[in-house]
Amino acid sequence: MGDGGNFLIVIALLPFIGALLPGLMIRAGRTACAIFTALPTALALTLVLILAPAVMRGEVIQAELEWLPQLGLSASFFLDGLGLLFAGMILGVGLLITLYARFYLSGEDPMGQFYTFLLLFQGAMLGIVLSDNILLLLIFWELTSLSSFLLIGYWKHLPEGRQGARIALAVTGGGGLAMIGGLLILGNIAGSYNLTDILRQGDAIRASEWYHLALVLILLGAFTKSAQFPFHFWLPHAMAAPTPVSAYLHSATMVKAGVFLMARMWPVLAGTEAWFYIVSTTGLITMILGAAIALFKDDLKALLAYSTVSHLGLLTMLLGFGTKLAAIVAVFHIINHLTFKAALFMTAGIIDHEAHTRDIKRLGGLRHLMPVTFVIGTIGALSMAGIPLFNGFLTKEMMLEEAAHTVWAGSHLALPVLATLGALLSVAYSFRFISHVFLGPVRDDYPHKPHDPPFGMWAAPALLVVLVIVIGILPAAIAGPLVAVAGGAVIGGGELPYYSLKIWHGITPALFMSVIAVAGGAIVLWLHRPLDRVWITAPRPEAKVIFDRLIAGSVTISRAITEGTHNGAISRYLAIFVVTSVLLGALAFAGGGLGAPTRELLPVPPIFAVGWIMLIVATLLVATLHRQRFQALVLIGIIGLMVSAGFVYLSAPDLALTQISVETVTIMLLLLALHFLPKTTPVESPVSLRLRDAVIAMTAGGGVAGLAYAFLLRDVGTISDYHLANSYEGGGGTNVVNVILVDFRGYDTYGEIIVLGIAGLIIFALMEALLDGPAARRLRNTDYSQNRSRDRHPLMMVVATRVMMPIAVVVGIYIFLRGHNQPGGGFVSGLVIAVALLMQYMASGFAWTQTRQRIEYHTMIGWGVIIAGLTGAGAWLAGKPFLTSSFTYVHLPPIEEFELATAMLFDLGVFLTVLGAVMLMLYSLSRIARYAGETVNVEPMDYDPADTIQVTKEEG
Amino acid sequence: MIEAALLFASGCYGLALLLNLWRISFGPDLADRILALDTMVINVIAILVLYGIWKGTAIYFEAAMLVAMVGFVSTVAYCRFLLRGDIIE
Repeated sequence: MGDGGNFLIVIALLPFIGALLPGLMIRAGRTACAIFTALPTALALTLVLILAPAVMRGEVIQAELEWLPQLGLSASFFLDGLGLLFAGMILGVGLLITLYARFYLSGEDPMGQFYTFLLLFQGAMLGIVLSDNILLLLIFWELTSLSSFLLIGYWKHLPEGRQGARIALAVTGGGGLAMIGGLLILGNIAGSYNLTDILRQGDAIRASEWYHLALVLILLGAFTKSAQFPFHFWLPHAMAAPTPVSAYLHSATMVKAGVFLMARMWPVLAGTEAWFYIVSTTGLITMILGAAIALFKDDLKALLAYSTVSHLGLLTMLLGFGTKLAAIVAVFHIINHLTFKAALFMTAGIIDHEAHTRDIKRLGGLRHLMPVTFVIGTIGALSMAGIPLFNGFLTKEMMLEEAAHTVWAGSHLALPVLATLGALLSVAYSFRFISHVFLGPVRDDYPHKPHDPPFGMWAAPALLVVLVIVIGILPAAIAGPLVAVAGGAVIGGGELPYYSLKIWHGITPALFMSVIAVAGGAIVLWLHRPLDRVWITAPRPEAKVIFDRLIAGSVTISRAITEGTHNGAISRYLAIFVVTSVLLGALAFAGGGLGAPTRELLPVPPIFAVGWIMLIVATLLVATLHRQRFQALVLIGIIGLMVSAGFVYLSAPDLALTQISVETVTIMLLLLALHFLPKTTPVESPVSLRLRDAVIAMTAGGGVAGLAYAFLLRDVGTISDYHLANSYEGGGGTNVVNVILVDFRGYDTYGEIIVLGIAGLIIFALMEALLDGPAARRLRNTDYSQNRSRDRHPLMMVVATRVMMPIAVVVGIYIFLRGHNQPGGGFVSGLVIAVALLMQYMASGFAWTQTRQRIEYHTMIGWGVIIAGLTGAGAWLAGKPFLTSSFTYVHLPPIEEFELATAMLFDLGVFLTVLGAVMLMLYSLSRIARYAGETVNVEPMDYDPADTIQVTKEEG
Repeated sequence: MIEAALLFASGCYGLALLLNLWRISFGPDLADRILALDTMVINVIAILVLYGIWKGTAIYFEAAMLVAMVGFVSTVAYCRFLLRGDIIE
């Protein structure tokens, strides 16, 4: 990658970096803002011009940055003739539009925002034409859809603007989705996502059985973007955008993206029957339809929009012909259309700006009031009509010439006749633009007395029409080299076919067709009034209505699905979820089949059978007695105990310990909440529903049991062997469970402690909100204190818990320290210490314990996450991935040699988070009581033998 | 000899567990159920110790001790709930 390559990357980045400027510079004034928008554009344009000579010599400049090589995605760019043409257009017109918008936008419009969007769009568009990787191209393609959405909806207060933006996004975004599929298929066929590789494999791609699918999908993307029939309807609605946007996006750049893609893919996709019939027919229909509608549009911008649709159809048709000559004509017409159409849009904007209307029926006679605008508009429109001496004429002639030689479905006449019809209509609406706006008598009922705008506003269109004339008169000298190099890039190298860019080709069929078109166009314009009446009364499908119905229909369907499944009842969610899982499981089971068991059933020790019976009986009892909430909690205790015992039996003592601690904490949480809740669950659903749920539950439970049984009887390769083998070498610990938690799956653990911390904080926040609301009032007005024992903080219990406290803490620290090599770890020890602290809360009450708490639980959670995160990040310092642990052995007399592992620091984070989260949850729940009007006791116990006076302080 | 003693003892504790289950299921009182659950924890601790003797490893003793340390807390919580309603006052 030489200098040129570096330049390319800078060019691609400049608009995006530049997009940061306008928003800031608007504080320095509107002109400064415009200048700082023009600056990155001008810089990028200069760089393109520096590269241009090399490209004109036929070189292709390339640059590549690896991005995600595993996906075949690299940030690679290249600049060939076609890219040069488009990059020049995008940046050059971008500069003109920046100037024009400076004068067009009024004081109320947020200009900084506008220029930011404009530069974002410019960057996306440049990305499309410079990308050498189709995945990258797709990203930029979607970016143009998004940024154009922002630009079209720039006037947020206008409903048409918002609707137009939505329609444009839906249509072009939908096409983009189809294109993703098409380009991925293309990449798969070619074996590379690099455009330059793909372009070399045209024959292989056309021969592939996937060719037709890829072609249709890619064309869907191109047709939606370039507003081809039947997707043309979004473009006129996008005209609600400010005129600079219309001139930039909807004449010069975005709508040309589809044409660009077709031109880019031309060497690969064109040349087949499918391509010819799909592309050229679509283009032909679009060309005629767009021209016909344009003729009857009274809105100046709508007229130009449909004319753009028509010209895009023309380009599509030319590319569809599949001949090299037609492709080169298309390239030339891209240049010509850009010059006159952007000028015309700007003219329409000037008229709208000055006369405060763009309704053709309310205009006329403007040539006297706006002479400069009249000259510019007339030149543009004459070029659009294809009148000699203007550049539109050249390409129209060449197009007609091509059409005259092309056979469509065996007919020699069809294409020439229809193409002439298109040209005729195009002449008619162009003439209408001139005569109905500028000619005729001066009126006295304009909404605003029009006059020519300041120089800054007409400078840009004036420059463009100068190009129209210069190219029109000296085509070969001015545009010839660019057409040759861009056309050469489209047809994929090789000899350029013979063509000549000149005004007079002698007496040719095209000349006759041209004469017919001009004369016919004049006649049609003469008949415009009666024709217009017929057109208005004639019924015709309104694309917008159909689109709206489609959207409304999809909204109805998705609402029906959403509200059908998410009706707010958790029983329904669970039913849907469980039934789906069971069905998927059954499907998987039916598909694969089950091999014969490879293991013998182990003998069942009688004591284990007892545990098994207890589990089943307790489960059944919970299911039947769950409406008696406290009894159900006691029964759950059995299940927890049996599961812990089962873990011990299956050689997982630390799991057993975790299980029993979690069980204890959970029971306490539930009891805390249950105090303020009804003690029984009412029967709410009918018998039929409960029967249905029972059937679902039993099926799912039976399924899971069957699955577990089936797996236990077979040898299945699992990841456990890897963990067992690598635990010591890789993680430096002999306790595999702990090494999995802090090393192999350290990232998961890190995520989980964050989730746990968030859960603790959310419970705190919810309680805070709850206790400020109506729930607090209900709490205050309900009496929860009937039938109470007088033993509030019994002496026995207080003393017992005080004795337990240091023991529990020592055990906790011990379990923590040895965790890496023997059963234990941060999680368990956090729970053990939490239980020890909770005992103090239970024994001496909330207030007494709270005054002795030094560290906020919130802080503890935060430090836990920070320590774990910093430990993980520490691995970066050693140049290793996040959370890679390392360990060493330390010998400190008089202690024996011991191991120090970074995993222990990570475990400390886990410990702190678990402790903080658990304590915060219990603390939050127990605060309910204070709101219910409970008194607190600041003394450690009811009767303190050391102190004979009992003090009870009441707080509200 | 020790084998037979272990078998006999574990049989006794197994039977005790089933009796605990009976008491938890049929009460009649809530206090009966809580007491039976606490007894069940004690019986499980005993079984863990027996299992440790049978396997000849110390790790189960430790597990038994830890279960003992934590296991009674939920009993306390259940009782406080019955007696005072609010377990953390």
